[in-house]
Amino acid sequence: MNIYVIMKRTFDTEEKIVIENGKISEEGVEFIINPYDEYAIEEAIQLRDDHGGEVTVVSIGDEEVEKELRTALAMGADKAVLINNEDLDDSDQYTTTALLAAYFEDKEYDIILGGNVSNDNSTGQIGPRLAEKLGIAYVTTITKLDIDGTTATMERDVEGDMEVVEAQLPLLVTAQQGLNEPRYPSLPGIMKAKKKPLEEIDYDDLDVDEDEIEAKTETVEVYLPPKKEAGKVLEGEIGDQVEELVKLLRQEAKVI
Amino acid sequence: MAKKVLVFAEARDNELRNVSFEAIGAGKEIAAGGEVIAAIAGENVSSLTDQLFHYGADRVIKVEDEKLKNYTSDGYGQAFLQIVESIDPDAILLPHTSMGKDLAPRLASKLDAGLISDATGIELDGETVVFTRPIYSGKAFEKKKVKEGIVIATIRPNNIAALEIDESRSGEVFEESVEIKDLRTIVKEVVRKSTSGVDLSEAKVIVAGGRGVKSEEGFEPLQELADLLGAAVGASRGACDADYCDYSLQIGQTGKVVTPDLYIACGISGAIQHLAGMSNSKVIVAINKDPEASIFNVADYGIVGDLFEVVPLLTQEFKKVLQTS
Repeated sequence: MNIYVIMKRTFDTEEKIVIENGKISEEGVEFIINPYDEYAIEEAIQLRDDHGGEVTVVSIGDEEVEKELRTALAMGADKAVLINNEDLDDSDQYTTTALLAAYFEDKEYDIILGGNVSNDNSTGQIGPRLAEKLGIAYVTTITKLDIDGTTATMERDVEGDMEVVEAQLPLLVTAQQGLNEPRYPSLPGIMKAKKKPLEEIDYDDLDVDEDEIEAKTETVEVYLPPKKEAGKVLEGEIGDQVEELVKLLRQEAKVI
Repeated sequence: MAKKVLVFAEARDNELRNVSFEAIGAGKEIAAGGEVIAAIAGENVSSLTDQLFHYGADRVIKVEDEKLKNYTSDGYGQAFLQIVESIDPDAILLPHTSMGKDLAPRLASKLDAGLISDATGIELDGETVVFTRPIYSGKAFEKKKVKEGIVIATIRPNNIAALEIDESRSGEVFEESVEIKDLRTIVKEVVRKSTSGVDLSEAKVIVAGGRGVKSEEGFEPLQELADLLGAAVGASRGACDADYCDYSLQIGQTGKVVTPDLYIACGISGAIQHLAGMSNSKVIVAINKDPEASIFNVADYGIVGDLFEVVPLLTQEFKKVLQTS
């Protein structure tokens, strides 16, 4: 089975956001594999172990992404591909999809997995956008995946409710929390990962026309939410506090 | 210049979701005196079209087909794409719900268009629509626009005001006949897990419990308070992991992102992953035994105390004042 994972390198979830010169500063920031993409990588490895084949993890970014790709290889993926877009100034979800679509153009794939959303820009666009460009079906926010022959049966999370969905391969799916428990790379895994192939492709080596992949959207401003004033912690007898709270909610906050 | 805005409304259990009306409200702003066309698809949606006019739609398009009983990206994609082609709008708005998140990127990709996901605000800068959206789980915000061509956006529930309902408004309903074919994904079964009647992502008031709730039964006082306030019950990941409640109630980075008018956090410590799902709520109340709990850092009002003592007292007090007012 030809299994592909599309992965993004993102800020560690715990990172504080600092804005410098109108942009989000990456100084001193810890990076990780986007947590939802980790589910996708784990599922891909399990699929390969059950059905045979190969797992290739593909990411877009600068050379720094090699670190997260090595982590994916250490988890158990077979190959990694970095599409280097360092020299591309203007990029959004449309651009990213165009690059991925160009990469997949001459590949044979049974399934492509990704996270349902990233923890930075949180658009969740890439999976469905890519499937549309490749002309394949997609199922988002899956929490269970079984493949029998060319039939995939999935459970998907729909705002807390659960849907059982069936589709034929080739297919693109996006992972939701609950799909699996991603493994930590083992020490032998980390050693082996060093020798696994990590291919780097420059974005302009792909069959794309620079004018045609130009971003469709533009960020005008980035800002931090207004600092919240310290809240009021009430004091006194519990009964009095409750009485005061209800009064505050009705008269000061006016939400009830 | 007046614009033509197409809004894809969404129904759940044959009732229009509130975010559909909010999207019409957003559409009115973008249209700037132009036309807002609301589209609705499903197996049987005729009973829903009046309400779309009441909330401000100038025209309504419906697509009815038994193949549209359950949402699938293929079925709804075909229906909506045909409507887009026949209307040729300047902007398309969808709700940022399971459906909108699944469908909007596909439409945008098909149309080679820019898409602004999860908008919480809209302003007009001359002819240009500028959207506000949270990034990094609400730790920052960005203002974003589509450079040129058709504008597509998904609207986060509970952030953009719907128009006041006006039942005297009406208009003409057009039926679009779409041949739905070649569905590549088949919905075999839908398992409803959400219990309470109030939709968590659209609730104006949420009463949420964390590990401090201690057991499944521990949610009962929270449910009583919620019932009284017409609120939805939510939970932190800790409470879900401990099996006190179903994951369908989970609020946080994984789980639902909510922005109610009032969020009452009971026995929730306030891990950053939970804050990511609720810190943009308008008013936050924290009830926790631990005065050091980080939930107090984001709370507008806090009570340091045992939730099993505080929450029932709160229910009692609300009962008292709501009866007399």
